[in-house]
Amino acid sequence: MLFRTVKELVELAEKENKKISEIMIEREMLVMNKSREEVIAQMDKNLQVMEEAVAKGLKGVTSVTGLTGGDAVRLQEYIAKGDTLSGTLLLDAVSKAMATNEVNAAMGRICATPTAGSAGVVPGTLFAVKNKLNPTRMQMIEYLFTAGAFGYVIANNAFIAGATGGCQAEIGSASGMAAAALVELCGGTPRQSAHAMAITLKNMLGLVCDPVAGLVEVPCVKRNAMGAANALLGADMALAGIESRIPCDEVIEAMYRVGQMMPTALKETAQGGLAATPTGRRLAREIFGEG
Amino acid sequence: MKFRSVFDIIGPVMIGPSSSHTAGAARIGKVARSLLGREPEWAEVHLYGSFAETYRGHGTDVAIVGGLLGFDTHDERIISSLRLAKEAGMDVRFIVEKEIPDHPNTAKIIAGSKDEQVEIVGVSIGGGKIEVTEINGFRLKLTGQHPAIVVLNNDRFGCIANVAGVLAEHEINIGHMEVSRKEKGKTALMVLETDENVSEEILQEIAGLPDILHVARIVD
Repeated sequence: MLFRTVKELVELAEKENKKISEIMIEREMLVMNKSREEVIAQMDKNLQVMEEAVAKGLKGVTSVTGLTGGDAVRLQEYIAKGDTLSGTLLLDAVSKAMATNEVNAAMGRICATPTAGSAGVVPGTLFAVKNKLNPTRMQMIEYLFTAGAFGYVIANNAFIAGATGGCQAEIGSASGMAAAALVELCGGTPRQSAHAMAITLKNMLGLVCDPVAGLVEVPCVKRNAMGAANALLGADMALAGIESRIPCDEVIEAMYRVGQMMPTALKETAQGGLAATPTGRRLAREIFGEG
Repeated sequence: MKFRSVFDIIGPVMIGPSSSHTAGAARIGKVARSLLGREPEWAEVHLYGSFAETYRGHGTDVAIVGGLLGFDTHDERIISSLRLAKEAGMDVRFIVEKEIPDHPNTAKIIAGSKDEQVEIVGVSIGGGKIEVTEINGFRLKLTGQHPAIVVLNNDRFGCIANVAGVLAEHEINIGHMEVSRKEKGKTALMVLETDENVSEEILQEIAGLPDILHVARIVD
């Protein structure tokens, strides 16, 4: 049940003819010394928190600073008019990802996946495809275990915090995790999940963490939107049989190296990128009353 | 493997906005409180790196005080912790440090009452997970994911065996253990991560052993 890399995870799933979610469930039982019921129940609770956060965000929230909030609702109203460019499912995922992060920015209760700043991507994609695929509760729980399995490999071989690896480590990881989970939910193979994760994370390499005023608001909420859309694309590509030329573990390694090379100003210090733009600085001054 | 459980990745359930700067910070505050063994009357919080640059935006200050008040990461009272601390008579000072830390999200908390104080250094490593790297000047490594106790003792032979003996008697398995001292023959410190929770009675029993100075549960 033990694995350290995506390669080992996929080989284990293939050898035992099990889904990646099942490998993760069994590993959790073994390592944490818990029963299957306990492990499933805990994930069910987290799923419930995700559902509540999306529901709250879709009613409309505003952060303390007023920088974010309301965009998830705006997007739903736009979808309802029935004339979108990217289609209902994709925009629904985007809206639900933003809903979660608008709640997070408003200091509401969320489930970190893998972090709070990137908490919208995994639930946003799940609740959007839910309408199309009608998964059982257990399949939704499995979705989170599959996402968790890939996140576990990233966290232990690279990083998942913006302060250590930039936004690629947060939204990049979340997006890759969601893509891999989407593939499994759609009946793809473990190998296809790994390709989805690799393709998706590759498209996020180099993304910096540059929050305006140091707040998890601008650009974080909209990057969750992009993370959700990117995950759906990566999953669709992998399900179409497209493979990543660079193996998943090497993509993770590349993300780690890019993160190490990234200057501190672009790692959640609010000193570079969008935070350092004239408008970014002005907003910071307005919020904190100083420069 | 720093991240052991799938719930380190899909979790924790928390009050936003940042797992490292809010949830992790709350957990560091809570460890300081547990180590002191009661509600601090005062606290001095030193912030380093990204914590120092962005603490107000992320509510790091609010979260650490929430932890000092004993709140969990998902406790909505965290939002009002500064007011609640004031009402409880807890005097908290924040000091923004310029020094570059080993890890960007580092906080040092000195908390205490009139006659007792603790000093911890905690690092928030991402996704809400923390590592306590120092207690009262002793360097150590804790995951925060298992029950853990700290024992301060005189640096004499037999102390470690006695503590391990008490735990064995109560069928408590030690998963990880570290011992440390500043100087031979003076004060030493033991950190034990266990598979089972260590009850108050067992803590008292350990506290009653020869040469044991102070026992505290730091994670439960």
